[in-house]
Amino acid sequence: MATVAQAIRMALHYGEKNLELKNVFGEDVGPPLGGAFTVTQGLETSWNSPLDERGIVGAAMGLGMAGVRSVAEIQFCDYIYNTIDLLKLAGMQSWASNGDWNLPMTIMTPVGAGIRGSIYHSHSFDAMMTHIPGWKIVMPSTPLDAYGLMLSCLKDENPTMYLMPKALLRFEGKEQIPGEPELTPEGKKQLRQMIDMPILGSEAQKTWKPKWPKLEEFTVEIGKGKITREGEHVTVVTYGRHVHIAGEVADRMAEEGISVEVIDMRTLWPYDWDMISTSIRKTKRVIFLNEDTEVTNFGEHLLRRAIDEFFYELEAKPKLIAGAFVPGVGLADPLEAASVPQALEIENAVRELVGEFA
Amino acid sequence: VASKTSPLKNHSKNVSKNHSGRTAPAASKGGKQKGLKLKTTPAGFEKFHEKSTNGAAPSSEKVSGKFRLPAKQLLQIYDAMIRARILEERLIRMYKQSDGYFWIGGPGEEAFNIPLGLNIKKGQGLDHDFMHFHYRSSGIILSMGADPMDMMRQMKNTATDPYSGGRNFGNHTSIKKWNILPITSTIETQYQTAIGTGIAHRQHGGEGITIVNGGDAGTAEGEFASCLIWASRPKAELPILMIVTNNEYGISTPAATQHGEKHIADRGTAFGIKNRVINGNDVEESWFAIREAMEYVRKERKPFLLEARVSRLYGHSSATGANLVTGEEDALITFEKKLVAEGVMTKKEIDSIREKYTAEFLEMAKKVKEEPMPDGSTIYDHVYKGQKGRYF
Repeated sequence: MATVAQAIRMALHYGEKNLELKNVFGEDVGPPLGGAFTVTQGLETSWNSPLDERGIVGAAMGLGMAGVRSVAEIQFCDYIYNTIDLLKLAGMQSWASNGDWNLPMTIMTPVGAGIRGSIYHSHSFDAMMTHIPGWKIVMPSTPLDAYGLMLSCLKDENPTMYLMPKALLRFEGKEQIPGEPELTPEGKKQLRQMIDMPILGSEAQKTWKPKWPKLEEFTVEIGKGKITREGEHVTVVTYGRHVHIAGEVADRMAEEGISVEVIDMRTLWPYDWDMISTSIRKTKRVIFLNEDTEVTNFGEHLLRRAIDEFFYELEAKPKLIAGAFVPGVGLADPLEAASVPQALEIENAVRELVGEFA
Repeated sequence: VASKTSPLKNHSKNVSKNHSGRTAPAASKGGKQKGLKLKTTPAGFEKFHEKSTNGAAPSSEKVSGKFRLPAKQLLQIYDAMIRARILEERLIRMYKQSDGYFWIGGPGEEAFNIPLGLNIKKGQGLDHDFMHFHYRSSGIILSMGADPMDMMRQMKNTATDPYSGGRNFGNHTSIKKWNILPITSTIETQYQTAIGTGIAHRQHGGEGITIVNGGDAGTAEGEFASCLIWASRPKAELPILMIVTNNEYGISTPAATQHGEKHIADRGTAFGIKNRVINGNDVEESWFAIREAMEYVRKERKPFLLEARVSRLYGHSSATGANLVTGEEDALITFEKKLVAEGVMTKKEIDSIREKYTAEFLEMAKKVKEEPMPDGSTIYDHVYKGQKGRYF
């Protein structure tokens, strides 16, 4: 019953021990805090950097070019925007050198709304990031996938962007990470005692050392999605926290006899078009769902491809549900709810699609 | 997509046929010209360095008059300098004859760049130096042993261009086997990536260092400040040799109109980084300053900021005409005059070596013109390591 944050932490520990991970760094990533979201607590190779996002990305690039495996964190994706040209450069090192160089590196950053983070702690980054070639981009929605995707990133020889849905960092999974304690309340407590740092500044924290479980290798292949709900009438393609929101909608709709298939993309680039297209051809109705702003949204690319390839097979117009195209996510509850897709909007869209006959 | 590239291909071919290139004075003599028999690779220097840790002439070596370096070494440096200059002049001609779309390079920086190139610990991996160069570094890379024909290939954007396969401008070199990271057009980002290899060098130990260079205008970018900060973190200093070649211009904008600081190197002082300003048009001053700075970075594992005042002899790039400017010191001529005055070389020998390289590079350029352009179908290759063809 590890949380997503604990799962990532365990994956990084596994990387330190088994995958030559030498540096985990960023703002407040090292002791004493261990990350704004506790993701890097207790790691052996974690350290604090200057408050300099461009320096962080540049350092990760240089380390990668030197063949030294590292994971760098940008504390919130809202602050990664001033590194765009470096992200572009990282994505082109292999291509620009005609294959002479490659760049193994991982950047991880929390994304999205859902924690009442106000204007500058609620941005998404998937639309922007999927516009930068040369990267592999992943976004887990469960602790097990968080663990498996991180291990895959640590084994990849290319730049990898690990987007952490911040609203899910405390989300507990129902699948056991190989090596973690039993998925019971007792096991959950045990894991917390083993790898969660005591309260910052407490006596216990000053001498604390983690006791890592005997973790085992488990990878989620980059580029492979997952069907989290099988269905017949409409496909919802999504990722991150909306996998769960779409799942809840699917469960509710099932009671009405509407069968919704939910695909968790898990990897945004390169994405699992085989899985998506197979599902679209089955249900003949598709909704692309994410919370980034709707204009030049990544879902628009998927929508375009679905139209290009399946226009004559679709039985209803394909649809994109995305965040409002406004500069930020407002803090007040009604503002956030109006800015990012909510369950009701998804439910209405599903009803609309299944009610439509081409 | 293929149709986008094919017109370019045809255009280049036509241009090649219509412009065979000017004939240099000694072209007809070609390889028969006898220049000085000089080694142009750093190999000869390594032996020399074993004798003298600071690069000064050992007592057994003959030193001429006002020079501190022995004649043999001066000749080696001169040979590399004139070779670099003639290469740049050839690249400019290639551009002007439409055998390339854009020229940018470093003529005027040879007196600094050749001593730098000859002192680099060359090789692959962290036991060697990592280089984060900008686009005026041909002299450094050539004196490290690069093939001038490869630089022409990149200028002509042929498929045979080993640095980018015809994808990038000339002087955007990339050589993994020598730790030369791909040179970018983005100003100053090299100071950002230098942090990373600097950390790797610190963690690895040994004597390999990170070397980064750039111009004066680029120091206004935040990356330069980033590098100063990261290189001087307490108890985590990085072995980075930060170099600024100051030609006093950012394209057309005089530095004096944008910068209030007296010396760029002074900025190092605030971070406790050793720094120095030198006359980069003086070969020996550059040689000894580079040796001293490198020695410090290699041994102390701490950063050093070296500002070299240099000339920019052909303007910023082809965007500003790529014509020889007046009013700037030409370090090559300065050095030639001194070599002749001190009896190290004769004017005839200088003319001879110039003719030799002019003819040699003209022949190379002619051959490069006949080499194939990249195929448009290859655009997806190498987006990822080992990637061939379209991947989605």
